[in-house]
Order: sequence, then C-alpha cells, then structure tokens
Amino acid sequence: MNLISIANSVLAVLLAPLMFGIINRTKAVFAGRTGQPLLQAYYDISKLFQKGAVYSNTTTWVFRAGPIVGFAAVLAATVFVPFGGLPALFAFKGDFVVMVYFLGLARFMTVLSALDTGSSFEGMGASREVTFSALAEPSFLIGLAAIAKYTGHISLSPMLAGINAASWGHAAPALALIGLAFFVVLLAENCRIPVDDPNTHLELTMIHEVMVLDHSGPDLGFIIYSSTLKLWLLGSVLIGIIVPVHSGIFLLDTVSSLLGMLGLAVVIGIIESTMARLRLLHVPQLLLGATALSILALVLVLR
Amino acid sequence: MSLLLLGLCVIVCGGFLALLLCNKPKLSSWLACAGVVVGSVLGLIPAITVLLNGAKESLRYDWSIPFGSFFIEIDPISALFLIPIFGLSALAAIYGTEYLWPYRQRKFLGVPWFFYNLLAAAMAVVVLARNAVLFLIAWEVMSLASFFLVTFEHEEKQNRDAGWTYLVAMHIGTAFLLAFFILLGSNTGSLDFDKIGNIAPSAANILFLLAVIGFGTKAGFMPMHVWLPEAHPAAPSHVSAVMSGVMIKTGIYGIVRTLTLLGQPPEWWAWLLIAIGVSSGVLGVLFALAQHDLKRLLAYHSVENIGIITLGLGLGVLGLSIGSPTLAVLGFAGGLFHVVNHALFKGLLFLGAGSIVHVTGTREIDHLGGLLKRMPWTGLTFLIGAVAISGLPPLNGFASEFLIYLGVFKDGISNGVQAVVLTLCIIGGLALIGGLACACFTKAFGIIFLGEPRTEHARHAHEVKLAMRIPMLILAICCILVGLFSPFLIRHAVFVITQVTSLDSQVVALELSETFAIMWRFVVAAVLLIVLAVFLAAMRKWMLRGRSVRSAGTWDCGYAAPSARMQYTASSFAQPLTYLFKPFLRTHSKSVSAKEYFPAESDFATETADISGRYLFEPTFNWINRTLSRLHWLQHGRLQIYVLYIALTLLVLLIWKMR
Repeated sequence: MNLISIANSVLAVLLAPLMFGIINRTKAVFAGRTGQPLLQAYYDISKLFQKGAVYSNTTTWVFRAGPIVGFAAVLAATVFVPFGGLPALFAFKGDFVVMVYFLGLARFMTVLSALDTGSSFEGMGASREVTFSALAEPSFLIGLAAIAKYTGHISLSPMLAGINAASWGHAAPALALIGLAFFVVLLAENCRIPVDDPNTHLELTMIHEVMVLDHSGPDLGFIIYSSTLKLWLLGSVLIGIIVPVHSGIFLLDTVSSLLGMLGLAVVIGIIESTMARLRLLHVPQLLLGATALSILALVLVLR
Repeated sequence: MSLLLLGLCVIVCGGFLALLLCNKPKLSSWLACAGVVVGSVLGLIPAITVLLNGAKESLRYDWSIPFGSFFIEIDPISALFLIPIFGLSALAAIYGTEYLWPYRQRKFLGVPWFFYNLLAAAMAVVVLARNAVLFLIAWEVMSLASFFLVTFEHEEKQNRDAGWTYLVAMHIGTAFLLAFFILLGSNTGSLDFDKIGNIAPSAANILFLLAVIGFGTKAGFMPMHVWLPEAHPAAPSHVSAVMSGVMIKTGIYGIVRTLTLLGQPPEWWAWLLIAIGVSSGVLGVLFALAQHDLKRLLAYHSVENIGIITLGLGLGVLGLSIGSPTLAVLGFAGGLFHVVNHALFKGLLFLGAGSIVHVTGTREIDHLGGLLKRMPWTGLTFLIGAVAISGLPPLNGFASEFLIYLGVFKDGISNGVQAVVLTLCIIGGLALIGGLACACFTKAFGIIFLGEPRTEHARHAHEVKLAMRIPMLILAICCILVGLFSPFLIRHAVFVITQVTSLDSQVVALELSETFAIMWRFVVAAVLLIVLAVFLAAMRKWMLRGRSVRSAGTWDCGYAAPSARMQYTASSFAQPLTYLFKPFLRTHSKSVSAKEYFPAESDFATETADISGRYLFEPTFNWINRTLSRLHWLQHGRLQIYVLYIALTLLVLLIWKMR
C-alpha cells in the first residue's frame, strides 16, 4: 500500500465534476452556443450543499441512506483504480471484482431509494437501471478477465501498467475490442447517449435522472457528485487501456492520462451531439454487443 | 461424540413429548422448541471443536439389518454442515413457536413440531452416518418428515399437490441413491464408508452420475429442481427456512462426500458440475425474477445459490483433476463457504417472508408495499438478507463469491479452449447472476417494503412479536459479521479443505493464508466504505443543521389524484428482463385491455410456470401414467390377492435361486 496513492482519490474528487463541464462545453460548441461555464458542476454541487431538503411523505430511512451509501461506495471504489503514474491505493489480487461490486452496491441503494418514493416514474427508471446494469456487468468483468489473462496480473494496477505501446503493437485487435466494449459499458453505466439522455426532461424516457427526481438539497448534491465520480472511475480504467503510456516517468504518465480523460470527455460530448438516444428496446442489443466484443477479446487473448 | 448423541436425543425427545402433549398447544410448542434449542447447542459444541482442531471421532455398533451398522463419525466435513443445521434449526424453532401459534385452534401443534424435531435430527444423522443403510434411513426420515411439514396445511389443494410433487421427486432421487450405494458396496461387500476404496474408473464414472442425479434432486439442480418452487411456498415459513437453508445442502454434502470416496476425479466431472452450476444459477435467478409470489421467488433463488455452490465445487474438482492446488482450494473453499452463507441469508429471508405472510396473510408481492414503516425490524433484517444474497460487499454473500472469482483468476490455466470456456462460464456466469440477483432483490424489497401499501392487508400490517424478530436479528448480524470476519473464517477452514481435497495440509494452509491476506484487504476497503458512509451521514446532518427540512408528497408530474395502485409493481419492474429472456421463461400473460373512451375495467395477469416442469416432467409423467395404466387391473385393493402376489413372487424367486 502506497500512501501517496491517496492522491488518486483526491484527484478524482477534485477533477471529476470537470468532466461534466467539458462534455457540456463540447456539446455547446457543436450546437453553436456559448454554453455553461466549465465549472458548472462544481457550482451546482456547492449550491445544493447549501440548501435545505424536502423529503416525500412516503419515504423512509432507505431514501435518505441511498445517496450516502451510493456516494460512499463510489468514493471507496476510487482506492482500487490506478491513475497515470500512480498505482492504486489498494492493490490486491482480484481488486477489480471488489470495485465492480462496490459500484453494484451503490446502484442497489440508488434503485431502492427510487422505489422508496412510490412514484411510478421512479419505479420505471429503477427497473431500466437494473436491467441495463445486469447486462453491462458481464461485459465489463469478462473484458477485465481478458486483460488479466493478457497481462498475467490479477490486480488492476499491474494489469493497466502492463499495457504499453508494445502491447498495442502485438495485441491491438483484442485491446481495441476491450476498449470499445468498455466504452459502451461506460456510456451505459453513466447514463449517457445513446443509452440515456442526461438532458431529457420527460420522465417517461429517463433512466438515471428519473430515479433521483425526489432527491433535493445535499442528497441531490451527493448523487450528482457520485455520478461524476463514477464517470471518472470507469474513464480511468478505459484510459489506462487506450492511452498506453506507462513509461514509469511519473509526470509523463500522469499528464498523458489527464489528456486522455480530456479526450474522453470531448468524445462523449461529440457522441451526445451527433447521435440520438436509442429506443429503450434496443439498448439490450447494444449491451449484448458489448458482451460479444469482450468475449471476442477473451478468445483472441487466450487462443 | 457423547455430547452430540445427547443433543440428538434431546431433539428427538422434545419432538415425542410435543406429540404426546399435542392437545396443549403452548406446552408442546415450547417443549419441542426447547428440545431443538438445547439439543442444537449441545451439538454445536463438538461440531465447532472438530472444525477447529480437525480431529475425528467415531462410534460403531453392529446392527441386525443386513449390511447395516450403526456407524457414525464426526469429521471436519460433517462438522461444517452440522453448524448451519443446528444453528438454523434452533433459530427457526424459536421463530416457529410464534409463527404456528395462530393455527392452534384448527390443528394439533404437536404434530408439526414432532416432524420438525425429527427433521432436524435426521439432517444431523445424514451428515454423520458412515454406513449406507443408516444414511438411507436418515435420508428417508428427513424426506418424510419434511413431506408432512410441506402438507401441514393440507386442506388446500395446491399444498397437497406440492407435497405430492415433493414426495415423488424425493423418491426418484432416493432410487438413484439406492442404485448408487448398491454399486458402491458391491466392490467390497460392505456398506461402511471407511471400507470403500479402490473403485475402478469406469465404475467411478457411473457412481458419480448416479450421485449427481440422486443428490442433485435433493439439492435442486436444474432440471431436477421442480419440487423446490412447489414445496417451499407450501411449507410453514420456518420450515421453508430450514428446508431451503440447510436441508437441500444435504444434497451438496452427499456430492462432497461422494467425491472424497471416489478418489481422483477425471476432468469431465468438473465440467459437468460447472455446466450444472451455470445453468442452475442463471435459470434459477431468471425464474425468480419472473415470480410474484414471494416464497416461490425465494425458492428459485435457492436453485440459483445451489448453482453458485456447484460452480465452486466444479472449480475445485477441476483443480484436483488437473493438479492445480490453488484452483482446488479456492473452488472448494468458495463453494463450501457459500453453503454456510446461503444458510444464513436464505434462512433470514424465508423467516422475513414468514413474518410478512403472518401479518398480511398474502405472499403476493404485488399486494404489499410500504411495510418498512409498519414492520421496521423485519424490513431492516430483510434488507440485510437481500444485500447479502445479491452478493454485494461488505456482507457474507460477496465473500464466498469472491473466493470463486479469485480461483478462476489466480489459477494457471492460461491458454486454450478450456481457459476461454472456464472464464466465460464462471466470470460471465457469476457476473450475470449477480446483476440479475440485484434486480430481483431490489424488486422484492422495493415493492414489498417501500412505497405505499397497495392493499388493505398491507396497510394494516404491524411488527411481529419478539420471538419472531430475534431469530431474524441474529441471522442478520451473522450475515454482517461473517462478511467482515471472512478472512479469519477462511483461515480456519484448513481442515475441511484438506479433507475434501485430500491435498497436503501444508499446501492448503499456505494457499489459505495467502487468501487470508487478500480477503483482509477487501475487509479494510469494506470498513473504509462504512466509515465513509457514516462520515457522509454526519456531514449531511451538519449541512442541514438550521436549514429547512420539509415533507411533501412524492413528485407526481402534476397529476391530481395519484393512488397507491399506480405504483410500479413487481411484474412491471421485472418486465424488461422477463421480456428479454422470454425464450427461456415463456411467461404466459392474460390481459383484458381497456376499450372505449372511458374504460370500465381491465385486467392483466402473468404466470411463469417452470419450463422443465412443463416441457420435461409433465409429458414424461403423463406418458408413464398412460403406459402403466394398462397394468391397472393388477391393483384393485383386495388384500387377499395382494398376499397371493407376495407368495407368488417368493415362489418365483425361490425357483430362480434353485436354478
């Protein structure tokens, strides 16, 4: 355990909301607008943290526990993910399984707090959330298994450190397939287009946003913060694969990872500007497609 | 050993006393319950001792039955299964005193208690027996006692049908076990387990298949699981908890014991177990998702968890056959740890379901809602069970699944077709099972306990009495503690794993201490999560200090008159997934859709019957029924002629012997 690696979690907490700003700025540029400030997510969170709260009469303590457990689980998951030149704070065999299941716990509680309101819209969002995540999870874990088999390590930090420019030289197809699969998982898990539209305001079509309709004040702040963190978290795993700069020179590695994250946010923004959301019935096909890509990558790695 | 025997005697005596005093409901309940509790505590002491120090103790008396002997032995494997058997039986008995109380006017409570105590004792004897005849007798007592408990409310036709299905399934299983033991004993001429050895590989293959079918019927492997979703809902809830939590595990015990008897396994046994594990796991949870009867849903989850256990065992067998100690140790450790964990959380969930049935009178998830406010303790413990069964950290369900994951990742099958299939089956399978289980238990907990009550039954619910709450609370605390202390428990499993794998104990100890170090870090991360959550809760409290915190109605999109019936239901919650997997589920839905501008009524109902029940067993049994009905003339109820049959059979046998 390398205590300096706590910087990874600090970096995630500090920079994650910026990702939302970059995505929104990209979308604004595409639409020819000035757009909101880059730091808008920070403003939103700090404003929400200063507000009071309204709770529905129907709800119980589960509703209040949801945002807290969700945020705590995502925050705790940041200790498993390496970033740039630094390995993760907690690196042990099988740590990525724990990371995936921590995110699962966060989702479990978010879904329950949505159901706690008794609103049929939130039930609808909750139902979609569990459906899509149940399909996304195998894709993510099989992809991670493929990387584990490829690098010969079973802990996230050495796994990602084991991917460098040379590995892209001789295992490009497998790594590209995994990268693509993880990108789909990232879009689905973070409720971005083409799976979910974060800007939509029609309850019937939303997934994540509709689940949190009844949250307010600090609770909503926690929820927004944890969704930015989750994007950062899955983004760092993806960037660890597709930006294979693991030279051992701290500054070079960290800067290139940060640039990778910037690029990722821009790409998400471009996708959101140029694509429409898929029909809900077609989302499972996209996710099964991602699973198929992961399986193909595994076959390529193990052949 | 003497404590163990004394414990068993106390349990059985408690049952007989309850039967004798069956016209005094209070006395007979408490006597039987006291018998189970005292007997279980007495039995737990030697079980825990043996598990920790690895010693064996046996007892053998001759018996006049041919090939039979009263031969019992406690070793680490037996001890591992005895702990949940005694623990859960005792807790469920305390719960049962209150649960069965409302039936006192209609029924003699002594009768179910008699069978309950007999069931508890028989399960213990099953895992202790070291002679096939004794084993089969205990097995049969276990099946019959639970049959009478399943048909406790035999006034209702569906319960009689369930009991019938259960009885037939159990006896088909037992028939395979009979063949299994006859073949096993035919080599050495003795049915004592310690005299069995040197089995030819071809015989071992047949024996293994017989064991998988025979014990698998008890355990609930797909497609022999058909009795589970029928019998579990029919039985009283504390009995369902025992049946699902520990009785089906005797099937797993049988397979583990068989593996120790048959020696070095060939590789295809492992693949068979893995295939059974994946199909039971995935189909089990899918069918659970489609159910809206709470106890049926839980019963299908037992199939799923048996699947996870079997995956672990399959991985262990694979490790043994290809000579990888890591895979063997982690596979068996994960599978066997899941046996204990499943007993804890499934026992807890069935008791929770029982409390719901007790106060609302319905098992229909769609008729409930808002129970958390009315039953705070039941709700809290049910939530803990739900998180645990979904395999989420930091609770115990995750710990055992993690061991299985770790086994697949750690081991050295690095290349080739095998590695692809193994990774896909186990990693993909467990991930899918995990995701679907989350969906299923957010549905179960969310629709039952959260939101607004959907019917009057749910509106008037109230918390259950202390005798029902305490067992649930103990089980919930166990789920948390076993999760957080899992590294230590794993390290103490060295004797069990050594015995199951027949590896050198040094190798096993080394592997387990490495696992200890890994699990230990997971626990630190889990504690970090808990600390963060507490910190955030304090932070929110501090932020909201002095600000307005109001209550209002749920956001309803401006609709003027929302009602509780507009909430999402269990069926609608699961609909996207059941739609996606409809080729497997074949859900039948009936609907009367709304017509005209002001529709008066509409109706919608779904039913997901078991595919193997409907497409495999129903046609088979119908065919058997048609074929055998031609022999109907043989059976007409005249006793004299039956005696004649016996005499004729004897005569034929004598002539055959003379030949």
